[in-house]
Amino acid sequence: MALASYFLVVFDHEREEVQEAGWTYLIASHLGAAFLLPLFLVLGQGVGSLEFADMAATPSLSPGAANLVFLLAVVGFGTKIGWMPLHVWVPDTYQQAPGHTPPVLSGVMSKMGVYGLVRVLTLLPDPPLWWGWLLIIVGALSGFLGILYAAAQHDLRRLLAYSSIENVGIIAIGLGTGLLGISSHHSPMAVIGFGGALLHVLNHSLFKSLLFFGAGVVSHATGTSDLNSLGGLIKRMPWVTVSFAVGCVAICGLPPFNGFASEFLIYLSAFYEEVILRGVSGVSALAGIAALAMIGGAATACFTMALGIVFLGSPRTPAAAAAIAPGWRMQVPMYLLAIGCLGVGLTAPQIVGGLSPMVQSITHYEPEAVSAILQSGGEQPSAADLVGYVVQATTGMLILLGLIVAFRWWLMRERTVTESVTWGCGYRRPTTTMQYTGSSFVQPMLDVFFQTLWTRKTVTAPTGLFPSNASFSSETPDLYKELLYAPVFRRTARLIARLRWLQHGRVHLYVLYLTITIVLLLVWQFGVEQ
Amino acid sequence: MIASLFNVLLALVLAPFLLSVINRTKAYYSGRRGPVLLQPYYDLWKLLHKGAVYSRTTSWIFQAGPMIGLAAVITALLLVPMGSSPAPLNFPGDIILFAYLLGLMRFCTVVSALDTGSSFEGMGASREVLFSALAEPALILGLAAVARETGTLTLSRMHMAITPELWGEAGLVLASVTAALIIVFLTENSRIPVDDPNTHLELTMVHEVMVLDHGGVDFAFIQYGAALKMWVLGSLIVALVLPAQDFGSSIINGIGNLLIDLTGMLILAIAVGVIESSMARLRLIRVPQLLVGAGALSVLSLILGKLGG
Repeated sequence: MALASYFLVVFDHEREEVQEAGWTYLIASHLGAAFLLPLFLVLGQGVGSLEFADMAATPSLSPGAANLVFLLAVVGFGTKIGWMPLHVWVPDTYQQAPGHTPPVLSGVMSKMGVYGLVRVLTLLPDPPLWWGWLLIIVGALSGFLGILYAAAQHDLRRLLAYSSIENVGIIAIGLGTGLLGISSHHSPMAVIGFGGALLHVLNHSLFKSLLFFGAGVVSHATGTSDLNSLGGLIKRMPWVTVSFAVGCVAICGLPPFNGFASEFLIYLSAFYEEVILRGVSGVSALAGIAALAMIGGAATACFTMALGIVFLGSPRTPAAAAAIAPGWRMQVPMYLLAIGCLGVGLTAPQIVGGLSPMVQSITHYEPEAVSAILQSGGEQPSAADLVGYVVQATTGMLILLGLIVAFRWWLMRERTVTESVTWGCGYRRPTTTMQYTGSSFVQPMLDVFFQTLWTRKTVTAPTGLFPSNASFSSETPDLYKELLYAPVFRRTARLIARLRWLQHGRVHLYVLYLTITIVLLLVWQFGVEQ
Repeated sequence: MIASLFNVLLALVLAPFLLSVINRTKAYYSGRRGPVLLQPYYDLWKLLHKGAVYSRTTSWIFQAGPMIGLAAVITALLLVPMGSSPAPLNFPGDIILFAYLLGLMRFCTVVSALDTGSSFEGMGASREVLFSALAEPALILGLAAVARETGTLTLSRMHMAITPELWGEAGLVLASVTAALIIVFLTENSRIPVDDPNTHLELTMVHEVMVLDHGGVDFAFIQYGAALKMWVLGSLIVALVLPAQDFGSSIINGIGNLLIDLTGMLILAIAVGVIESSMARLRLIRVPQLLVGAGALSVLSLILGKLGG
């Protein structure tokens, strides 16, 4: 899978950035896999078999081995998922891959990592408290920093890539609250937490694919995905804008779309834990709630910017003004996904009820107990019932909206409607470059969180009485990449360079290496037997 | 149920009245007579009878924003209890839906502002998203603290669980949540010290500048939506602060508690008027500190609750 997607990523292999992104992706995938092999060795050794069925049948790992397996799984699958700080491959890969690839990478392949982690969890005995803590902390970190980095980006695809990191963070918070529920023996919290996480996996694959398709359409139509060179595309492609707007509202977790249903369940699980758990255990649930709330606010900032700067206002460059709507083949997938977002939002109770078998296999609770918590129809209000109330409220809202639209139409039917220009404070000749840009839109927010992000600014201030030129540019590089990975990889490269004398291109010496190795292996093998 | 729906009706009718009370209080402080108490209603009536002028830059989003925002805030109104009757819609977790419906309203306002392509409105939108990104954690964590004290996630049950005895036990927690919620209330409703609804310079506005290009019916929807937002956030504070009294019989209970809560709203409005008359707005770069302070108060109340529990 990693190899196949490597070739997908390096489709435009002539460009240097694409090659680099491809390499980063390949190396990250393999490093991730390097953690998974020992995982299965430990697991196999503990159980005495490498068959999944045997592992599931005998969850008899010692606590130490189980802890080791859990950590290896979090690192190994976390690399695939893109959790911070294992996410470095995500932004470059999604930005450089051709238009139709990121939906597959983000929507499906990164979710395979979640699947892998969840499968490993089903094989492990009851978790200790710190597993839940770890996932909640990882999730809060990925979620909050992910969305801040997303808001700081100038490239639409890179923005979406960081927002993927944010969303897998939300999934991690859900898994974490689920684990916390199991280890504190509160089954509703566990079931609702895992249910929310699984639902968010589905939801994220819907709206993130939608948004990535939107970004693909934008760069196809204008030749750029730089936020600050776009604008006004709604006039050129109205229906693409409608679906992109649906994706933006959904990814912010706002009702009536699907994002709210899953975030609602994760919130619910964390709130229950906060209310019920006494002492220190409740603190991690509190961290989850705080992170979700902060993510929600920052996501609104980020995605109003993505929608507003790219599609609304006036075009900022001639390329954006001359954009041509793509053919229907590029548009229809977006419409389907947008309908899917609304559909999942409105049928969430049924879907939540349908999650019971999956949640049952993770939690090892009795199937009846799980379905009593998830499916509607029981005596206690179940998760599906609660989501049902939400759907009632949002359906009510949609009906209300219909009434308001009708009322407005009735009011306006014989009124005069004229067109004019946007109010410019009396300034006669506004130009499109005077509009707020994406960078200026998020600048106050980034300034508040300046310490965490280290946005770099290059300013040439205007000087003299008749200033001739002045410029300002800002960029927000990935701290983890610059401060953690780059130095480590440089050191490693330097260390390995010392061994370069081994590689000299003389084939007969390579054959000698092989022979020596085989002889050593033989000696070791037979030596041990005697 | 009838009582619950009556409360909704009451809110729909009385919401603009809160603005009158605030304006009257400010007028009293500055020695003016102030506008008549029905002025906000006259304004809405006037706006509803106007035609429209749309900028050529705008699209349907500009017109849809106010309508979606109004629908969202009316739905939020259905979740907030008042008096002794529960809200028409109440279920565990409705506090989360409440916060996110207000989020939807904000999303629509911001996107409609960006639709005009005006740098002033972009500026207002940029400030609005920053302030609300900081206010939202304060709101949700504050609600979490109350949920913890009352042991329920349903807003209506929280309201009924807040009794004089609970104030006696956990007064400190409830007081700091109240302080945090009042800061959130002032921020979300664009009042001093965060935003000045009376400022006349586009550069210094936050909420007002975002709706600069709206007029006529659209602007009426925005103004009415803003009044309702003030009502729902105000009644949230009232519901979580004022203890529910038990007067014995159910009818007297209903009327008595409703009167208590309405008086609470009146006091809140007067308090906003007093705050606006007695202090200037903060400098823009100071506002985030105030909001982080509100968040810290919410966290503090949670920690106090933990130590107490």
